[in-house]
Amino acid sequence: MKTYKKVSLVLENGATFTGKSFGYEKSVAGEVVFNTAMTGYPESLTDPSYKGQLLIATYPLIGNYGVPIKEMEHDLLKFFESDRIHISALIISDYSFNYSHWNAETSLAQWLIDQEIPGIFDVDTRALTKIIREKGAMLGKILFEGEDVEYYDPNLENLVDQVSTKKKIVYGDGKYKVVLIDCGVKNNIIRCFLDRDVTVIRVPWDYDIFTEEYDGLFISNGPGNPKMCDVTINNLKKALEGDKPVFGICLGTQLMGLASGADTYKLKYGHRSHNQPVLMEGTDRCYITSQNHGYALDTKTLQPGWEPYFTNVNDDTCEGIRHSSKPFFSSQFHPEASGGPVDTEALFDDFINLMKKQK
Amino acid sequence: MEKDIKKVVVLGSGALKIGEAGEFDYSGSQALKALREEGIETVLINPNIATIQTSDNIADKIYFLPVTPFFVEKVIKKEKPDGVLLSFGGQTALNCGIALHKQNIFSDNNVRVLGTPIQAIIDTEDRDNFVRKLDEINVKVPRSIAVTSIEAAVEAAETLGFPIIIRSAYSLGGLGSGFCSNNEELYSLGSKAFSYSDQILVEESLKGWKEVEYEVVRDKYDNCITVCNMENFDPLGIHTGESIVVAPSQTLNNSEYHKLRKLSIDIIRHIGIIGECNIQFALDPYSEDYRVIEVNARLSRSSALASKATGYPLAFVAAKLGLGFGLHQLKNSVTKTTTACFEPALDYIVCKIPRWDLNKFWGVSKEIGSSMKSVGEVMAIGRTFEEAIQKGLRMIGQGMHGFVGNRDIENIIIEKELEAPTDMRIFAIAMAFYKGYTIDQIWELTKIDKWFLDKLKRIFDLQEALSKYSTLEDVSDDMLLSAKKMGFSDFQIGRCVFKSDSDFITEDVIRVRKYRKSRGIVPSVKQIDTLAAEYPAQTNYLYLTYNGTEHDLSYEEDGNSVVVLGSGAYRIGSSVEFDWCGVNALNAINKAKYRSVMINYNPETVSTDYDICDRLYFDELTFERVMDIIDLETPKGVIVSTGGQIPNNLAMRLHEQDVTILGTSPQSIDNAENRHKFSSMLDALKIDQPRWRELTTIDDIYSFVEDVGFPVLIRPSYVLSGSAMNVVSNREELEHFLDLAVKVSKQYPVVVSEFIEHAKEIEMDAVAKDGEIFAYAISEHVEYAGVHSGDATMLFPPQKVYVETTRRIKIISREIAKSLSISGPFNIQFLAKDNDIKVIECNLRASRSFPFVSKVLKTNFIEIATNIMLGEPVEKPSKSLFELDYVGVKAPQFSFARLQKADPILGVDMSSTGEVGCIGDNYYEGVLKSMLSVGYTIPEKSVLISAGPTRTKTELVNSARLLIEKGYDVYTTAGTHDFFKLNGIETIKLHWPDENKKPNTLDFIKSKQVNLVVNIPKNLTKNELDQDYQIRRSAIDFNIPLITNARLASAFLYAVSKLSNEDISIKSWDEY
Repeated sequence: MKTYKKVSLVLENGATFTGKSFGYEKSVAGEVVFNTAMTGYPESLTDPSYKGQLLIATYPLIGNYGVPIKEMEHDLLKFFESDRIHISALIISDYSFNYSHWNAETSLAQWLIDQEIPGIFDVDTRALTKIIREKGAMLGKILFEGEDVEYYDPNLENLVDQVSTKKKIVYGDGKYKVVLIDCGVKNNIIRCFLDRDVTVIRVPWDYDIFTEEYDGLFISNGPGNPKMCDVTINNLKKALEGDKPVFGICLGTQLMGLASGADTYKLKYGHRSHNQPVLMEGTDRCYITSQNHGYALDTKTLQPGWEPYFTNVNDDTCEGIRHSSKPFFSSQFHPEASGGPVDTEALFDDFINLMKKQK
Repeated sequence: MEKDIKKVVVLGSGALKIGEAGEFDYSGSQALKALREEGIETVLINPNIATIQTSDNIADKIYFLPVTPFFVEKVIKKEKPDGVLLSFGGQTALNCGIALHKQNIFSDNNVRVLGTPIQAIIDTEDRDNFVRKLDEINVKVPRSIAVTSIEAAVEAAETLGFPIIIRSAYSLGGLGSGFCSNNEELYSLGSKAFSYSDQILVEESLKGWKEVEYEVVRDKYDNCITVCNMENFDPLGIHTGESIVVAPSQTLNNSEYHKLRKLSIDIIRHIGIIGECNIQFALDPYSEDYRVIEVNARLSRSSALASKATGYPLAFVAAKLGLGFGLHQLKNSVTKTTTACFEPALDYIVCKIPRWDLNKFWGVSKEIGSSMKSVGEVMAIGRTFEEAIQKGLRMIGQGMHGFVGNRDIENIIIEKELEAPTDMRIFAIAMAFYKGYTIDQIWELTKIDKWFLDKLKRIFDLQEALSKYSTLEDVSDDMLLSAKKMGFSDFQIGRCVFKSDSDFITEDVIRVRKYRKSRGIVPSVKQIDTLAAEYPAQTNYLYLTYNGTEHDLSYEEDGNSVVVLGSGAYRIGSSVEFDWCGVNALNAINKAKYRSVMINYNPETVSTDYDICDRLYFDELTFERVMDIIDLETPKGVIVSTGGQIPNNLAMRLHEQDVTILGTSPQSIDNAENRHKFSSMLDALKIDQPRWRELTTIDDIYSFVEDVGFPVLIRPSYVLSGSAMNVVSNREELEHFLDLAVKVSKQYPVVVSEFIEHAKEIEMDAVAKDGEIFAYAISEHVEYAGVHSGDATMLFPPQKVYVETTRRIKIISREIAKSLSISGPFNIQFLAKDNDIKVIECNLRASRSFPFVSKVLKTNFIEIATNIMLGEPVEKPSKSLFELDYVGVKAPQFSFARLQKADPILGVDMSSTGEVGCIGDNYYEGVLKSMLSVGYTIPEKSVLISAGPTRTKTELVNSARLLIEKGYDVYTTAGTHDFFKLNGIETIKLHWPDENKKPNTLDFIKSKQVNLVVNIPKNLTKNELDQDYQIRRSAIDFNIPLITNARLASAFLYAVSKLSNEDISIKSWDEY
């Protein structure tokens, strides 16, 4: 029987879990969070919003279908959400040492090793998740024998700056020009725009957007505490004074909220899953959404002119806002999915329609 | 919610049959609960008396009547309901509903079809409509041509190219479906399919594609969710009811998963379902190409499985949506705080495995394919695939210990088995590994995804590694724990290490158990909470796993738990009746304020609904697992007498580990189970029994048979429901049987019993306290002894039994109860010939007929028994069977139509898959109601009688006369014709199938010129059976009702002659 290197996960409250290593062998620290999705590990691992986090997959069997081929489409990796793994470590229960899928070219283990990301299996991920649920998201570290590291709180850093594009990139040649503020954008957001006759002008988080001509402004998802993105918030304040359509997703919602004068706070353990129900305000329409966020907008602090657009049915948290008269709206969830359900993709169409009206 | 709905009729699914089993008791019960919560008056039509849904306090009114348009219309006219629910009673209810809709019965009576509109149902059921509907939204279906004649089918096959698959529209579980690779196969299968339906479909074959299902829910606000997806282990081509299934899917990536999910939602929206539906997809293993195979616009076996797999109560929610609720207005019934509008996140894997009972049938083909043959299923939960599948393979209860560590399977040609699978396919894969086949080779033959095969290989490899050791102490803790994480039982580990090849290695198992506990290797208890620990669960829906380090709950150790052992997979001989017993035991425990604990693993049951008890362990009923749970629960005691034979067999082993068994002592159970002990006890009590011997040599058998004379009953000891039991009528048969079918040795003794012909069989169901009978019910079989009690038609109270006989049966039962000091339920079977009474069997547990007699007598035997076992005060019920002025008739349901080639004959081995129980004002009305409920129809104008030996010919003379008087055409075979003629009855003679002369019986059956076939074999010898086989089998294949027992035929024909449909009273249970 093959043996695997022992590795432990230590939480800041002292709880220790022992597992076995299947990824890169290096001790790391970060914020421990869990995701309850049952599919989509290549998508999650490359989602920049996970920057600085040690990710627990509550679904126990991981690695089943390997890692997809590195095919490019529109200058983007077709089967990934960015060009690299952003999590700091992966924590699972049962690793599938042999994968099986027509579109796979390598194993999850090999991919983790190639990108120097530790992977740990044979952990009671349910017990671990329950600690996070009860005590809240907390710091933790993955320790290999003889290699200790300090705890590290990623939320004290400007993570957006670390994952945002360094330079402006233009995608496609569509009818509508959208400036996309990249706070750690997922590739599928860009794909969703390209599928809708849009030219995407992807710019860094602190870019002076007013130097660009555009029909609509989009603020992407991204990692960490939204209040770190002061430059973006200030730019948005100015943009919200205008009348051009503005659409934000995830961190984008929080940044729009902050720019409008509302406040944000850190959730106990966040929403990271493919099954979050959100109700569209004033209707009986409830959507199943894909989510990945640790911070949320405080609905109670919304300023006049702004109203909740979507609300989480489970915990009543803010899932999106809109302006009562201007073409501004946002979603805390991910309408672009990838991974997760695609039920709310029509929000992109709504945004296009707002731009169409103004043309 | 719609305010104008005050009273609703719910249609049940009738008797359990292959393709339609206990899952509809679960879904119907959930629907009724959902309606009741809203204060709606409920009326249930279901003749299945053994179900939970037909119990007190579930529906307001219950009609034990056939679920057919005729009777449902009558009930509607009488009850004047505002609405009707059609989607909770399987295909039976759906077909009945469509028929009533087409006759405008609902609209004429102002009854609203709640939930999915009937047109949407028709759109999914009629293949042409279905294809057109999906085409409108560009969703792909297999290229398919609907035809109404065999000639058109051949033409269609030419267009599509072989291989093709054919299916008949409007049928349950793929009846009349199959693959054809050439015209010859098409002719043979096609004509059969046309006997079930006027329309069949010829389709492109997608053999080798993955099969994936989604359970989809939609409310009236157009909110849609997919509650669960499931992936078949076997590729397309094997009916999903015949395949191992896992949930969630394992080999689909995010893109595939969500592509099919989105299609599911597009489809449910476009069809316009309100409630629940099941969508089956074929997915190309090399691309994202797909086809939609089927949409079931109703609760199904898969939806019951999905409910149990996720903890999401689909039927309950679907019923609420039918009343006009939105998903977001309902609560998640596990967390009680979050919404029902979500999609469960699992943090475990479930594995469903079918249970077949093909050994019970003569001549049946064992190949599994596109139509369903399994009679039950199990669901295993684990945190690795290896753990789940090994648990599951033990749960199916056919003597297997998991994927490895089993006895050798004889008569298997591995290659053939892998290519053309039978019920042994998974074990053939294990054998292939033993023989050195690679994963690639097995994949070539099976097309099972390599992910699954690789996992199985890992189990095999670990077994090899363990087998290198011969003491436990040499095995590292890491390896031992790995084995447990991969689902190895203590038995398997014991067998690998200690190398015993016996099936009884009780000592080894205990050694492994002790050792691993000393090393701290014990399982963890985890909750199923629908949200993967994101929110806390308020229910205790539990399973055990070694892939965990802590329990989700803490134990009180207050001795207030009472553990009830469930009945496991539905199988022939043990099904919904034991679920009823288990649930009623739990109800009594709840009432007595103890903590009720259930262990069971059958997803089709109500006893595995987490609402029914304080703690549900959805886990194995093996000695090992039950002990694991008892170690944690430290209960007041365990109830082993309400779950059939599985828990009963555990009694002694648990007792030996100092577990308190509630009720009758395990020693007494053993005294009744052990033939020798029981026999000596009867002798001591001077109670008569058929002569028998346990013999170990062929010579002894011959000399014993010389003593008692033929026929004799031969069986191996200690087997449930008499598998491999056989009656032999002459020396030639005996030699044949001993040569081919039986091993005779000291290790495998054979029990030979005198077989008494033409005797009445009488059953005593009773409950005793400290050896004194508290409540009892005596029932009588219509058929003479020799038909298995599970296949017999039963009358309660008895109608044709001498008072003297009943008196003596009571006395004998009292003596036995006293002698065994019974406290709890028990059943004794008697033979009575004149007033000569013999005891043939005694079980110190609830029997199959407990729900039937409890409901007919309106006295809950299980409640009384449970209270006695708990030591609660109980009063003797005042009611007696002699006061009933009505009669209950229990009739068996057979599923021969699904079991290709099986001879539909009844014998000492049980072959029915279910039963109904109806109440009549008199004997004949009861018989007619119950037989109409299991699919018989009153013949329109003609009956074929082939009456068997002289005795049964005599028995049927009067029936024939009555039929002719009533204006029926009576056809007969030669001997019967002549015999009837001698008795002054003119019938029309038809030639035997093998005579090749016209007019021929076979032609008349095939062209449906006879509406009922009565065929009585002279005896059960092979020659005799062969001769009539064609008549019986074609009756089944061409869907013509068949009776093979003279006494039953006589009762039915008499009833038919005296009564018509219109004479049947429409009375609910409470009106009797």
